[in-house]
Amino acid sequence: MTAIAFDNLTASPRRLWPAVIALGAALLAGGLAVLVIETQGHHVTGMTNRVPWGLPHVVAYFLILSASGALNVAMVASVFRQKAYDPLAPFSALLAIALLAGGLSILVLDLGRPDRLTLTMQSPNPRSIFAWNVVLYTGFVAITAAYLVTLLDRRFARFFGVTSNAAFIWRFGLTTGTGLDLGILIAREELNSAIFAPMFISFSLTFGLAVFLLLLPAAAWLSGGAPDHALMQRLGRLLALFVGVSFYFAAVTHAFNLYAVPTRSLERFLLFEGGLYTTLFWIGQVLLGTITPLLLVYRGQPIAAAAAVALGALATLYLYVIVSQAYPQPVWPGLQVTSAWGDGEVASYVPSAAEFFLGLGGVAVALAALLAGCLLFRIVPIDLARAAAPRAALRAAA
Amino acid sequence: MSTEPDKGRRKALKLALGAAALAADSGLFLIAAPAQSRPAGAAASASQRWGLLIDVSRCADGCTRCVQACSAEHGWRIGGPPGQDPQWIRIVSATDPETGRNVRVPLMCQHCARPPCADVCPTTATFRRADGVVLVDRHRCIGCRYCVMACPFGVRFFLGDNVTDQAPHSPRGKGTAEGCTLCVHRIDEGRQPACVEACPGAMTFGDLNDPKSPIREALAGQGATRLRGNLALGQGVQYRGL
Repeated sequence: MTAIAFDNLTASPRRLWPAVIALGAALLAGGLAVLVIETQGHHVTGMTNRVPWGLPHVVAYFLILSASGALNVAMVASVFRQKAYDPLAPFSALLAIALLAGGLSILVLDLGRPDRLTLTMQSPNPRSIFAWNVVLYTGFVAITAAYLVTLLDRRFARFFGVTSNAAFIWRFGLTTGTGLDLGILIAREELNSAIFAPMFISFSLTFGLAVFLLLLPAAAWLSGGAPDHALMQRLGRLLALFVGVSFYFAAVTHAFNLYAVPTRSLERFLLFEGGLYTTLFWIGQVLLGTITPLLLVYRGQPIAAAAAVALGALATLYLYVIVSQAYPQPVWPGLQVTSAWGDGEVASYVPSAAEFFLGLGGVAVALAALLAGCLLFRIVPIDLARAAAPRAALRAAA
Repeated sequence: MSTEPDKGRRKALKLALGAAALAADSGLFLIAAPAQSRPAGAAASASQRWGLLIDVSRCADGCTRCVQACSAEHGWRIGGPPGQDPQWIRIVSATDPETGRNVRVPLMCQHCARPPCADVCPTTATFRRADGVVLVDRHRCIGCRYCVMACPFGVRFFLGDNVTDQAPHSPRGKGTAEGCTLCVHRIDEGRQPACVEACPGAMTFGDLNDPKSPIREALAGQGATRLRGNLALGQGVQYRGL
């Protein structure tokens, strides 16, 4: 990689301090939520024994998928040798680590017994995709951090090749494992498919690039700068491509589920009869997450497109995580069932405030880690780190 | 909340898991108690496979003795909001819309031969004992609820509340997963599960590997079905009359 000037982010105080205060408040709220949930028990949340995974898991999956996708810009630079993206590689790697840390913090702090987390490493179950995800997630952080070090410190530049390639391969393993978290659940009609592995890889590329397109300008804004317009437009078009691929996966799976007899009633519920869930699909996943970003990219507004993608992403993941639990399982084919448990009925799920703040806290962890990294280390290309720096300092080899 | 495992309990559970040799059994077939006991301290063995046959045509309207007995035996609460509190056994009312025929089906952990809950558990807290009983080691469970997601029958539960007045033979812990244990504390003493003992005649419990056991003889007569049989989980719990 040719010499590029990086610097610590020199944020304007009147912009930085409100951000710090907001993040601090979100972290505090998240911490209080964890305290309440762990001392009172999960019965204070909206998560029940019909819907054991809820809003925190939706946000966690969003952050984890975005983490592996956010690394994409660095991979385009380092693995695919697109030197125009070299200046953004360190920020991309730091963002990936920060997002994964945020997602993991939610998953860990939502556990019924988070104090026993080390058991996942002391007595892992080799058949459990969850146990493998612990390895994949920690490995991702370690490998991406090593790759970042090779970018920042010339003494380790000789490891650049192996770490960048390892990060590229590992990130696909991580997203495959995340997809199979849901895909291996034979119990759940909406899930139960290997398609979740490649579909989540597509989602990760989409969500990760969207988050990158939101946070790079945000970081630059703190110092009074702005990313290169042409670069943002290029990334916006790449986002549109990813949105299209993700929509292809979603469309094929939904069409298949509607066609196949065993999943037809579930799909009809989701697409037409599911109330909030139907609204989330058509307004959230389709309109906000697919059509709107494509139109906005066409109009040259990549940041707004990224924001729409992020909202659509949350809607998409909410549908996969919640509907698969709320819709009754096919235990009694051909029979109408009732019970005091609610068998045969669509379960109600209303996220509680504690869950909302737990999810918000995870997002704050990610943002705080990103901000701290940008302030403490020379991550940001110099023209974004300091608005007054000459643009000539940014050298992208032809 | 103690984070140190009960080493005596863990050792007993590990013995049950690791035993490969045939356990010496008593050699007696107890006609009055279908469970065939093994000597105290002997490990659970694959030579026995505990099973439960439920003839739903014999489940009387309004009868909830199995639910009451299980609740009393293990200390879980009946009557909470639907889908909230753990219900180790529940009665499902199933009606065929074409014929109008209605049956009442007691539903509990199916004790699968290939349990999805054990597959997905990241810490091996959920495991299948050699004799077919699916259990949770409450000292290893981290409360991730992945097993609750993975259960095809909705019979895995997460205890999200403090518990008091726990039964010493059935400890429960806030923040851990749980479900029907087939009353292992009873069957290891040669007794029957509490639900079977309370049931007036719809449930038959016994060793599926023993051709002379009442459950094998009952199955040989008319057969039975397993819920979601297409999943090929090989449940120890089977139903007749569905």
